[in-house]
Amino acid sequence: MTLAVPTASAAVTTAAGSHGFLSPTGVEIAFLLVGIVTFGAAIVTVTTKQLVHAALWLVVALGGLAVEYLLLTAEFIAWVQVLIYVGSVVVLLLFGLMLTRAPIGRSPDADSPNRWAALAVAVASAAALVWVVVDAFRTTWIDLDRAADSAGAGGGSTAVTGSILFRHWVLPFEALSVLLLAALVGAIVLSRKKNAEPSAPAGVSAGAGAGAGAQEGTR
Amino acid sequence: MHLAYPAVLASLLFCTGLYGVLARRNAILVLMSVELMLNAVNLNLVAFDVWLRDALHSGQALTLFTIAIAAAEIGIGLAIVLAVYRNRGTSDIDKLRDSAEPHDPDDDPHDPSDATATAATPATAADEKAEATA
Repeated sequence: MTLAVPTASAAVTTAAGSHGFLSPTGVEIAFLLVGIVTFGAAIVTVTTKQLVHAALWLVVALGGLAVEYLLLTAEFIAWVQVLIYVGSVVVLLLFGLMLTRAPIGRSPDADSPNRWAALAVAVASAAALVWVVVDAFRTTWIDLDRAADSAGAGGGSTAVTGSILFRHWVLPFEALSVLLLAALVGAIVLSRKKNAEPSAPAGVSAGAGAGAGAQEGTR
Repeated sequence: MHLAYPAVLASLLFCTGLYGVLARRNAILVLMSVELMLNAVNLNLVAFDVWLRDALHSGQALTLFTIAIAAAEIGIGLAIVLAVYRNRGTSDIDKLRDSAEPHDPDDDPHDPSDATATAATPATAADEKAEATA
């Protein structure tokens, strides 16, 4: 598969001194506000003592990310995010919390005792990443208006995404379907009860039966 | 829009998920933090795809693949957590120490109270640790 070199990037990356940080556009303000909500919800998700509340705050964080995708003109990704993450992954997590009998109220031992080391690692990596990223992309400008092509369809619309996916990414798509099938079979195998099946330990039971028969024969 | 906004948000979300993976004790909360980290990567992919305007839309295609793989990962992870919970009665990562070095006499993995555990539990505990570090 030949990955096309982005030919237009040289024209896009004109750093545009006219776009300053002190004169943000409306999209930037919206992105910033939704980003603050998303980050706050993520912080609450990883720090709250109530396990079910963590799953519900995760819904807020993932929904905020869907709005960010919409602001970045990736519409199809946004709706897939809402469908898959908010619709199924969080429901799966809530089912998991209930099936493992998670405490409903505050559980004081939700965090392990090494959380200060974890906090130090996270803050250090956040500082390093933010410094590097801001230093590298301080003057880079995304032209969201020109992201829509001449046909009027945005770069992230369903038509464009489907066409790209089934024209250039068919082989990874099929491989992904095989992976999903393997994950499905693996989940079924993992979650099957060991003692509820008479057929799987056939060798063991046959051996035990043979042993019992031998015992009866000697008896 | 400046590319710095989504990039900074993605790195902050990634580090939040990193903190959650390192500091949380319940296995399902660790899975939630892993989801946060994957979403940070997705935001980076989408932002750079919109910036570069790749002809193949590699970023958005890879984002879709990442979402599908994350869904598969959460299914397998929850199946492992439920299997561990069924065998051990806990989904607490700190208590799954069968594959740890026995440096502390209190944490002896060959404790007689664990003798009733089936032979499959060390494998699931090892899978659990691999899942937590994945």
